[in-house]
Parts: sequence; structure tokens; C-alpha cells
Amino acid sequence: MKSGGSISIWFFIGISLLVNGLLIFGSGIYEFFHIPKNPVVLFNWHASIWWGAILALLGAGYCIYFTPGKGRG
Amino acid sequence: MTLAFAFLNTSRLVHLSTVDLVIIVFYFVLVLAIGFYLKERANTGEDFFMAGREMTAWIAGLSFLSANLGSLELMGWAGASYQYGILATHWYWIGAIPAMLFLALVMMPFYYISKTHSVPGYLKLRFGESSRALSSICFAFMTVLMSGINMYSMALVLKIILGWNINVSIWVSSITVAIYVTLGGLRSAIFNEVLQFILIWAGALLIPILGLIEAGGWTGLKARIAVNASAEYTHMWSTMGHFKDNPMGIHWTGIVFGLAAVISTGYWTTDFLVVQRVLAAKDLRAAKMAPIIGAAFKMFVPFIVILPGLLGLALLPIKLMPEAQAVATGGHSYNEVLPLMLARYCGPGLLGLGITALIAGFMSGMAGNVSAFTTVWTYDIYRALIKKDSTDKHYVNMGRWSTLGGVIISIGTAYLVINFKSIMDYVQALFSFFIAPLFATVIIGMLWKRASSAGGFWGLLAGTGSSVGMWVWVHKVDPTAIRYVALSPFASDMAENMYRALWSCLTCAIVTVVVSLLTKPKPEAELKGLVYGATDIPSETYVSTFHRPWFWAVVVGTIFVVLNIIFW
Repeated sequence: MKSGGSISIWFFIGISLLVNGLLIFGSGIYEFFHIPKNPVVLFNWHASIWWGAILALLGAGYCIYFTPGKGRG
Repeated sequence: MTLAFAFLNTSRLVHLSTVDLVIIVFYFVLVLAIGFYLKERANTGEDFFMAGREMTAWIAGLSFLSANLGSLELMGWAGASYQYGILATHWYWIGAIPAMLFLALVMMPFYYISKTHSVPGYLKLRFGESSRALSSICFAFMTVLMSGINMYSMALVLKIILGWNINVSIWVSSITVAIYVTLGGLRSAIFNEVLQFILIWAGALLIPILGLIEAGGWTGLKARIAVNASAEYTHMWSTMGHFKDNPMGIHWTGIVFGLAAVISTGYWTTDFLVVQRVLAAKDLRAAKMAPIIGAAFKMFVPFIVILPGLLGLALLPIKLMPEAQAVATGGHSYNEVLPLMLARYCGPGLLGLGITALIAGFMSGMAGNVSAFTTVWTYDIYRALIKKDSTDKHYVNMGRWSTLGGVIISIGTAYLVINFKSIMDYVQALFSFFIAPLFATVIIGMLWKRASSAGGFWGLLAGTGSSVGMWVWVHKVDPTAIRYVALSPFASDMAENMYRALWSCLTCAIVTVVVSLLTKPKPEAELKGLVYGATDIPSETYVSTFHRPWFWAVVVGTIFVVLNIIFW
């Protein structure tokens, strides 16, 4: 859906998920090697790493599929 | 902590790291970028106020839901589920799904075919100028006041959770909303609402997932709640035979006839804040599919709202309490359960995304209020009552100025509430006075050709007046009158709201019918496109079964019934 112009809203959403996912993933990797003094509950599940990765992959998929100029949306 | 964040103080529920702040700042940058990008596509009235009527069913449907999914909604209902248990889910299932399907299949054709730009606009076409004036003035007034109250509440939440200064939260959030709605109009509001919807899920979904892992699944959760509170907290219907049998103090008739049949149907079908999103759909089929898509997602919102409240009840080592008690003792209130669960499971980055979800919820709600206010003010008040014949460009400019005006009034209301907190209760009550009778007026107007202009106006006035009268009776004259209004002396405030809505809706319906029978109806030729029986609704035989709205409505309706049985 590109009702707003040549860029689909899904592309913006892809950017948002990709950037947030990478930041969360990176943060999770850092905590993996530098365990905090007061870890959150279920820290051993390393939610930041897998949730960040899921968001980043999803975001990357949206960015690629809805890249401006491809005529999708 | 850098100087740039010196407005933070030390009293807070959670502490944000640099990466959390980067995520929050990136969100603000992105929503503003969308507003600037869409500026060039908001030059005509149709573009600015109706988003060009070119939204797909998915965009309109997600925006329809997102405008309702404010952060206060998220935190308030998470708190309510901690307090009342799974009964709070009624506001998401029976208190929403049937109404959304009803809007899609029954009412949307008339809204869409009439090409109205607003719900008051439909009343003008169906009942005349007086009904439109009454409904639009009430709606515009209430919308900006509600927006201000939400703004204040959100700023208070950010102060409690993050220690942020209330003034900074109010001004930063509202200026951001003002910029992107002023620049891009409804299209910008809708686009950002879809983004906000995705962020809300991305930020909130981890809490129930990790919570269920910690609790040992649904069975483990129920066992813990049975120990910490009562087994009744995990049943939706089996405890509703009597007011005293459930934590909410409500009877099933209040839920079915008050909440589902009147309040929820009134809200989802006539509150222009949500209906405006569907009116922006590109064609009738998209307009019918949008509320069905919204309903499908609405069914799963309890997963990120109600479940965290239940998990808090089961897992938190501290006992949460009512707001007043929390303030007096320095403890934590029910409404803090969602941020507490967020802080329990989310480390740096995830915490920032969770807080972004709360801010996004607030901003989507505020943008919804402001864009709806702008349309009703410009089309239904300014153009109808003040300046009738002007250019399209003039009305677009008025739309932009009224967006700013709406935000400024909202900010003013927020500061008014800071000084006079009781105003919040009054304004919320005022809003509730209007929705239930409005539903009766609109639905009778759509389904009954004989309903006259005078019937519509006097019915709406009588319904609203009766609602105000009942509220004054119980809250200002005689508190024991609740046994008449809500049919039981044991009824809670929530139950009273349900029954008051039911009686005011019935009053409106009866007065509308009686006055209509005594007055002259509109000629049938003038009802074309507005009323059932006088409107040619386009056939959908040209599309396959899988593309037809009724098919998906049946699918959603079936899942809705099954979910209620599972959690009976």
C-alpha cells in the first residue's frame, strides 16, 4: 500500500523493526559477555538476542520487499 | 547519565540505558519523518481530512484498532486484570468483536455509500442540521478534553515509571503529534498509527511469552492465581450469575446488554475517532473488511494486556493496591503492573522498546483525537455554521490551524487537570453520556425509513439528558439510587455505567420512535444511500468467497465464540 506516495508504509515499518532489532540484538550480545550485576528475571533465556534477531530479520525482509521503486505495497 | 537527560530525576520505577534512549529518540525521528514525507500529499480537503479515501483494508483496519489502543488503555486494563482477573477480557471480546463485525456488515455500507466525511455528517444527511450541530459540538468539545486528560495521565505515567518531568512529557509528545498531523493530515495520522500498532506488539509481546515460561504455562499460572487470589479470577462467565460472586461486582446482564449491546456497539460504530479510519478506505469492500481485520487483531490484544496483569498477580513478589492507597503508603498501584512486568523481564534495549510501545500508544490515541476533532470542527461546525462557502484550500488551512488549536486546548486541559483532578471524572462521565444515545439515533436512522428529522433530534437530546439525569441522581443526590439504576445495591461503578448506558439508549430509541410517528417523515427519494430499503448496496458476487467480508466475519465470529467457551 503506497497511498502516501512512492514509499510504502510497510517500508517505514521495516526500517523501524530493523534498527530496533539491531540495537536490541547488539545490546543482548554485549550483556552475554558482560553479565550485569542485577540481571532481569529469566536472564539465562537471553531474550534480547533472539527477540532482537527476530525483529531485525523481519524488518530486513520488509525493507527488501517494499523497497521504494519495486511497485509493491 | 548525560546532561541532555538532566530532566530525569532519581525517583523512578525503571532506569533507562543509553540504548533505550536511542530507541525512544529514533521513534520520534521516524514519526516526524513520516509527517514531513506526507506533507506533499495533503493539499486538498479530501487528502487532508479523508486521506484521499485510498487506504487498503489492512491499513484502515490496523489504524482503526490502533486509534483505540492507547497506552492508558494498555496500562489501565493490565491493572484491571490484576484487580479483577480475566473478567477484564470482556472489554476486548464481547465488548468489541460483535460491535466491530456489526459495523462492518450492517452499518459500513450506509456510511460509505453516503460519502459522508464524519458521523455528524451522516446525521446531517439523515436527520438534518440540528442533529448534526448537537452531535458535532458535543463530540468536538469532548474529544479535545479527553485528549488533554489522556495527555496528563500519560505524563504522570512517564513520571512514575521513568521520573520524567511532567511538563517535558506533555510538550514533547504533543508538539510531535501536532507537527505530523498538521503536515500530513489524516494520512499521516493513519500511517503513524500503523507503525505504532506494530511497535506496541513488538514492545509488549515478550512479557506474556516470558511470563508464561516463568509461571509454568497457563496451568501453572491458574494454580498460582488460585493461591495468591482466587480461582474465580481465571473464569470469564461462570462467576457472573450474581453481583457478589465475582471480583468486579457485575452481573452477566450488565455485560451482555449494557456493555456489548449498547456501550461497545455505540463506541465502535458511532465514535468518529475510530469510524474516521474506516471511512478513509479505498472502496466499500475495503471499508467492510477493515473492521473485520481490526476485530481479528482485537481478539488477541488480551495476550499483551490482560495476561501481563494476571502474570503480575501470580508472579510479582509485592502486592499491588488501589491508586489512593499506593499514594498514601508509597506502594505500587494496580496500574503499574505492566511497567513492573516490563522491568522484570526486559534488559537494555528491550526496555526501551517497551517504553516506546507505551509512548506510541499514547501518541496514536492523541493523533486519533486530534484528527477526528479537526475534521468535525472544519466540516461540521466551521463550514456548516460559520463560513459556508469558501474554497477547498481555505478549509484545508482551517484544518491545519484547528489541528494546532486542538493540541493547544488539549495541553490546556492537561494543565487544568493537574490543578483540578476531579475534572477528569466529570469529563469521562460527560463523554459516556453521549455515546449510547448516539448509537440509538444512528442505527434507527439507518434501519427505519419512517424515522423523521424531529424524531432523530429529540431522541438524541432525550437520551443524553436521561443519562445525565441518572448520573446526577446517583452521584450528587442519592447514592442509594444505584439500586434502581443498576438493579442492585451491590453494583459497582462499572456496573452502573453499563446500565445507565442501556437505559439512555432505550430512552433515545423510544423518544425517536414516538416523535417520528407523530411527525412527517422524509420523502423516500431523500433517503437514498442513507437507509436500509432505500439504498442499493453493491453486490459482491464478483469476488470469490475468500475475498468476501461475510466469510471473514464468520471466521472471526467463530474464533470469538470458541475463545469464550475455552475461558468460560
